[in-house]
Amino acid sequence: MTNSINEIIGAKAILAIGTNTTQAHPIIALQVKKAARNGAKLIVANPKEIDLCRHATLFLQHRPGTDVALLMGMIRVIVDQGLADTTFIKERCDNYDEFVASLSEFDLARVEQITSVPAALIKKAALMYAENSPASILYCMGITQHSHGTDNVFAISNLALVTGNIGKPSTGVNPLRGQNNVQGSCDMGALPNVYPGYQKVDDPKAMEKFETAWQKKLSPVPGLTHTAIFDKIYDGTVRSLYLVGENPVISDANSSHAVAALEKLPFLVVQDIFMTETAQMADVVLPAATFAEKDGTFTNTERRIQRVRQAIAPKGQARPDWQIVCDIAKRMKSQGFDYANPQEIMTEITSVTPSYAGITYDRLEQGGIQWPCPTKDHSGTPILHAAEKGLFATASGRAKLMPLSFRESAELPDDAYPLLLTTDRSLFHYHTGSMTRRVDGLNQLDSEEQLNINPKDAKRLGIADKEMVNISSRRGQVSAKARVSRICPPGIVSMTFHFAESPTNVLTSGALDPVAKIPETKVCAVRVGKQ
Amino acid sequence: MNNVNITIDGLAITARSGMTVLQAALANGLYIPNLCNHPDLAPAGLCRVCVVKVDNKKIAISCKLPVQDGMAISTEDPEVMQIRKSSVELLVAYHPLTCLTCEKDNDCELQRVAHYVGVTQEGMKRYRRSVRTIPKDTSNPFFDIDHSKCIMCGICIRTCDELQNINAIDYAQRGVSCIVATLGNKPIAQSRCESCGECVVRCPVGALAVKTAQAPMREVSSICTYCGVGCGLFLGVRGDRIVSVRGDRNNPVNKGSLCVKGRFGYDFVNHPDRLKTPWVKKDGKLVEASWDEALDLIADNFSKSKGDGFATLASARMTNEDNYLLQKFTRSVMETNTIDHCARL
Repeated sequence: MTNSINEIIGAKAILAIGTNTTQAHPIIALQVKKAARNGAKLIVANPKEIDLCRHATLFLQHRPGTDVALLMGMIRVIVDQGLADTTFIKERCDNYDEFVASLSEFDLARVEQITSVPAALIKKAALMYAENSPASILYCMGITQHSHGTDNVFAISNLALVTGNIGKPSTGVNPLRGQNNVQGSCDMGALPNVYPGYQKVDDPKAMEKFETAWQKKLSPVPGLTHTAIFDKIYDGTVRSLYLVGENPVISDANSSHAVAALEKLPFLVVQDIFMTETAQMADVVLPAATFAEKDGTFTNTERRIQRVRQAIAPKGQARPDWQIVCDIAKRMKSQGFDYANPQEIMTEITSVTPSYAGITYDRLEQGGIQWPCPTKDHSGTPILHAAEKGLFATASGRAKLMPLSFRESAELPDDAYPLLLTTDRSLFHYHTGSMTRRVDGLNQLDSEEQLNINPKDAKRLGIADKEMVNISSRRGQVSAKARVSRICPPGIVSMTFHFAESPTNVLTSGALDPVAKIPETKVCAVRVGKQ
Repeated sequence: MNNVNITIDGLAITARSGMTVLQAALANGLYIPNLCNHPDLAPAGLCRVCVVKVDNKKIAISCKLPVQDGMAISTEDPEVMQIRKSSVELLVAYHPLTCLTCEKDNDCELQRVAHYVGVTQEGMKRYRRSVRTIPKDTSNPFFDIDHSKCIMCGICIRTCDELQNINAIDYAQRGVSCIVATLGNKPIAQSRCESCGECVVRCPVGALAVKTAQAPMREVSSICTYCGVGCGLFLGVRGDRIVSVRGDRNNPVNKGSLCVKGRFGYDFVNHPDRLKTPWVKKDGKLVEASWDEALDLIADNFSKSKGDGFATLASARMTNEDNYLLQKFTRSVMETNTIDHCARL
């Protein structure tokens, strides 16, 4: 997030797009609902009539995968009506003229045709966002998990920039991140192209810095991304996989491909807290400690680094992950893995990661700190890109407005697979359910996979509410209970992926965004039939 | 905002204008007995326990009375004492007196207030006829609703409305039959309740109580392990088990609020399925093994697949320190940048 969670309450307008906030981020949803109650204009854009719509001023129910058209259509209205923040654009943005030229593609008649949202409603939303300042944009996987996810994010950034809604309190481009420490994992360089602090592995200066710090020769070649790793396992290049705390057998898009690859893999080590579906395929399984059994830090979606503290001893012979990594490294006779505790690791992190340089465990005793925190006396950065110091991460230090064009999703419904499946999450479960499915109460509150289907589609297919149905795509078939409701519009169905008995990701498409390499789990074509 | 000066029982205090007399008193460490008041909620003025006398003239409920400069408040006026005692006696008239086995014993606002205003056996007899017996609603897996203990303060209803904006419950029926109920008075599990437990946390009596609650022997400050919001919480420990979770009101992210997963979803830590030893595959089957055996096997195999033959999938569920070491290991020991994690899933 460019801004902080507690600023949401101060926004005059909130655009929540591609986020089912009350289900996936319930504590942030409290702020959104409170802001709406206090009079903020809440615009919800989602293919499904989600719970947050009850609190919305406007609801734009666009066709899945048409976010670029919707957002660029809104921007076109803003520019045409003279509501663009020309001072901000002049002072802080590049590429405005090329960008405006690309808007010609997005006249409202065409946008209505693409998105199925009435032009008048798009115009209303655009004016509402532009005329109520400060305005904040919240988004989640509904924006990113597309074969054009990067374009979707650019479109959001364009909207914020054109209206000057960045670098100020209660504005911003705010992705609501999913896992407890997904922000921190990226910050720490658990990515193939960057060292900690997003220092590029193919930048000789950065490489030299880490070679000095670690006293080892390093590779200048960026590594493989998640999806490419499975391709390279499948073709035999990758022979050993060290997989920690992840369950791709259930969570990967087109998961049959992941399973086929893992079956071919000569050596798989899985480190986890449970014998997950993926662990069952391993050659070695290592027992890890849970969050309650170790010390460390998590970094949340607003970049706040917070202390996690050990409450109980690890179960059985389980060990904290950092300790296991050290154990393996030492068994391989490697130097540089002698740490007495996580605090020592954090000291090393801060010495090589400029945005974490000011962090110490002692400081974190007083509460979390938001990065960038470059020095020990820096109080952290609640708002990124603020005018006085906040250059953008571009060569010019100015934000770049991105010309965009609309691209359809990779796989759309057709005669053979006439319905569009989009995946979603439940309030009561987390990801592949390895934790929440083992909490009896959560299982009682939400016990099985449900296929949300519109009454019109259900009637046409002769499907009754609570009837077990088969859902099939070009990649596989699963069964689930039908839930006939108006949450999904006709032609669209949705499922979560929390239930190993109904592994939804057997169906989803492995089509990737060309830049982010994220799979398109939000759009694929399926057929639903009686059992 | 301006400050105003008032006196409470002759003691001069300063309050911010816009505060109520009750807020001003509590902020200055002066207790005025109250039941339906909660600092997170707008004043409701329902219980009539916080009555005070203003300027030696009129009786007012302090939770609805804005402070005004020069105001003289009396909390121990005979008329005040009489009114609030009667109010409390009426509230306990139907209340089951099973305090010792009640979840909220020692942490009960009704106990505190009854003791403070001086409710006696004699006084209770005046109104007491019988204990209300309404079947408990045990449909929610995490908490029970015991209507017979409810004092109708409405804190649960207002929490669900003002703070959660869910509105799963409201008052239903009239007069002595009035209860807190879901739409159509269905079991709470069949309502739109999201089981966040925020009402349970705020219930001043034992009407809303966590099912398997055990008082922790100690609490440890930490961060929730589920989504990326990063709510501050206290893990309650008893022996070697997590037995409770409480939101951290001082954490700026959640200010004490938690969702159903954060508050109630911790049993996985104690689950018998937890991996407790390493396992290695022998003859196509995973069998339990020692750490030494597992580490030797890994070191042997990893040593042979450095560079392009190796890949790491890290985890967004691990700490920063865990992730840092894992990428350091991958890059410096395994000689490849092929490390990624589940950020895209």
